[in-house]
Amino acid sequence: MSSSTLSGVGIGRGIAIGSILRMPEPLPEPSDAASSSTPDAEKVRAVASLAATAADIRLRGERAGGAAKDVLEAQAFMAEDPTLRDDVNARIDGGKTAERAVFEAFAAFRDLLVSMGGYMGERATDLNDVSQRVVAHLSGVAAPGVPTPDHPFILVARDLAPADTALLDLEKVQALITTDGGPTSHTAILAREKSIVAIVGVAGALDLADGDTVIVDAVGGLVTVAPSDEERSAAEATRADRAAAQDVPVGPGHLADGTAIPLLANLGSVDKLDEAIEKGAEGVGLFRTEFLFLDSDKAPTVAEQQEKYSALFEAFPGKKVVVRALDAGADKPLSFLNDAPEENPALGLRGLRALRQSEPILRDQLTAIASAAAIHQADVWVMAPMVSTVEETRYFTRLARELGVKTPGVMVEVPAAALLADRILADTDFASIGTNDLTQYTLAADRLLGSVASFQDPWHPAVLKLVGEVGKAGAALGKPVGICGEAAADPLLAVVLVGLGATSLSMSPAALGDVRAELARFTLEEARRFAELALSANSAVEARVAVLDAASPSNNTPRESE
Amino acid sequence: MAERTATVASAHGLHARPASLFVQAVTASGLQVTLTKGEKSVNAASILGVISLGINQGDEITLAAEGEGAETTLDSLVEIITTDQDA
Repeated sequence: MSSSTLSGVGIGRGIAIGSILRMPEPLPEPSDAASSSTPDAEKVRAVASLAATAADIRLRGERAGGAAKDVLEAQAFMAEDPTLRDDVNARIDGGKTAERAVFEAFAAFRDLLVSMGGYMGERATDLNDVSQRVVAHLSGVAAPGVPTPDHPFILVARDLAPADTALLDLEKVQALITTDGGPTSHTAILAREKSIVAIVGVAGALDLADGDTVIVDAVGGLVTVAPSDEERSAAEATRADRAAAQDVPVGPGHLADGTAIPLLANLGSVDKLDEAIEKGAEGVGLFRTEFLFLDSDKAPTVAEQQEKYSALFEAFPGKKVVVRALDAGADKPLSFLNDAPEENPALGLRGLRALRQSEPILRDQLTAIASAAAIHQADVWVMAPMVSTVEETRYFTRLARELGVKTPGVMVEVPAAALLADRILADTDFASIGTNDLTQYTLAADRLLGSVASFQDPWHPAVLKLVGEVGKAGAALGKPVGICGEAAADPLLAVVLVGLGATSLSMSPAALGDVRAELARFTLEEARRFAELALSANSAVEARVAVLDAASPSNNTPRESE
Repeated sequence: MAERTATVASAHGLHARPASLFVQAVTASGLQVTLTKGEKSVNAASILGVISLGINQGDEITLAAEGEGAETTLDSLVEIITTDQDA
């Protein structure tokens, strides 16, 4: 038996061997043919399937627990809804089949919710999911959604929605393979956070069948289908080698020549502090503050904020903690900041632009951070999100200093800021590159839009060139340049970023071990050579392949046989 | 006919988890309860009906029920509505 391979973009450095389970395809719309059965018989079928689906959803909720349980409990009530049942029965009386009546009744409610917009509109997804499950039960086919077998499996899907991943049994999933989505898709971010082996953007993966055995190797982004015995044992050996390499003792990040590259954690709340410390984070490179503001219709007081920042600073005595000022906009709306609808939220009043319009909120936040910093030993830096101009840099730096912030800086996410990094860094203390937004703005591709996900790849030479501009400016002026986007969590790309001049890397705590191990394999000179290779490529794929090739043979990387 | 008027306390209004708790309590009572906001009335045991009223924090709503235990049922429903379930 000979094997074949499929390729995509690997996330992390894992390797897994297992059997495929496919995410069931969405069901086709039930046909609108007249029922050949009596209305009473159709009603009995509909009622039975609605009840069975509600019971099944409730059971899944019990197993999932936590926030997922609440969502599923609400879905179970939707399947049992008396108004919906009346509507189903009325449609059956009109000659429809149970399948069609259920489909139409749910669709009518869904359209009503969508027309209400906002939060209601989002519930439409729940209704679709329940509707599909009831119709699947009526038709006697597998329910759509994440499969829940009682054995380990490798999941193949087009892409995973947040609702799917919430229900994913992490004990059973060995790897994820998706056909759509790039390295910043929801699936990729989840995989990185939970350390799941994943390859995204694998064309042809939907041809894999349930039960097929595959090797999933994230390093090369390769899926080996029906591997030979030799390939299997090579993969097992690779897995053991990498596990051993992962055992690089937790400690400060550095290159093979000893150059220190501090490894920091991205945190969105104080909940993951312990994990960050345990994984050896040398500080926090991006502390998102949105959680303090979401779910509230007014900004929290200075005292309330100060308390939260104190809890964070206390955990990192003597270490660097970079706090990002509130990053909100029409894509992450906060009613008290900006709730005007915008055609292009990514290009709208967001980040520092929105804060500047509501300066009292920014002043309160900077005051709270500075006062919390004053009573703790942490080395607190504060940066402004989405800065585009030198003038904005000056505005923020001046205001932050006036309110007692010792080290103000800016995020570089807009190409304009990267291109003028020499002037921007002359006016502030540091820059931190947000590679997700920098990629979105450089390639002009909405990072939330699946149809253009393939553009969202930070390996793109145009993105790397901009990173290099910031790196050069930082080196010339002696100012630190950090990276705090998903790119820093891709171990090999992390080496390239260092070669482009990044002086520290910040990522989800789960990625720290892999990146620490990868950095230790190369010298600064090698990192710079990889950066040159990537910059001279024509595309993200070429850049990745060129660096992967350069990094592999000369350094005896453990590799599976080919 | 028993009737109560109450102001919704939950930060997210009567959606998601608060709506589930509310519908669960109505269903458990076995009574026919009507929920009214403004001009629109729905069967309070219907989560889709409840959600479709788009009830937000601070909105005033009216509950009505008939039959045995209607008074105590409405009292317990009012308690759910006036408690911030999102806190």
